[in-house]
Amino acid sequence: MIFSIAVFGGPYSSQASLSALRFADAVLRGDHTLLRVFFYADGVYNGNSLLVPPQDELHLYRQWQQFSRQHQVELVVCIASALRRGMLDKNEAARYEKKNHTLTPDFTVSGLGQLIDAGLQSDRLVTFRA
Amino acid sequence: MKKFLFVQEQPPHGGILGQEGLDAILMGSAFAQCTVLLLEDGIYQVLGNQQTDELGSKDYSVTYQALRDYGVEQIFCPASHLQRRGIDIENLVVPVQAISDAEVTALLNSHDVILSF
Repeated sequence: MIFSIAVFGGPYSSQASLSALRFADAVLRGDHTLLRVFFYADGVYNGNSLLVPPQDELHLYRQWQQFSRQHQVELVVCIASALRRGMLDKNEAARYEKKNHTLTPDFTVSGLGQLIDAGLQSDRLVTFRA
Repeated sequence: MKKFLFVQEQPPHGGILGQEGLDAILMGSAFAQCTVLLLEDGIYQVLGNQQTDELGSKDYSVTYQALRDYGVEQIFCPASHLQRRGIDIENLVVPVQAISDAEVTALLNSHDVILSF
């Protein structure tokens, strides 16, 4: 079965991110396909590459990054939600003349159409809301 | 074509998720058949005569009026949720169909993709 996941909650502020990550892992363990993880609303904060949680605590950013690299799963951040919250990749930072950027290429910046496309292309679109 | 049901549960102000949900409905309408279900405080998103100047937030209820132009024809709300809030359907900015709880279940079951905000 083809799955996609939508995450609406930020890291640490709700269970959404970790539950989504565990579900994503279970999808692949169950021999299903994971088309895309789409981060929307406060979910875009999961792409913040500057997270520095205490060393003995779960590092959500690193976990998403490792998951994506290991399984070649696309992590997509909604550009409208991201800009509003200061989550910019290098290109957007340059476009808006900002000195810093928060997103790395592990997260792709794209439009809301990717969420709708995930719904159209997948057998199941599972949302993790805050 | 797949049928999308967008569920809006958030009140319109105090958080931006409702507005971002509406953005998703607009995007969805370009690619799929879309229906809207307003649950609980989500019904306040289409309440008329909102004055948001003092709130520092946008009155996006007007965008709901544009949904029909995007092919989103049907907006539902459980009659019980309207009743509990003392909201008269006449005071909403768009035509909303009040339905029974059983009809809500049928609505959820008859759509392929459900996105809940």
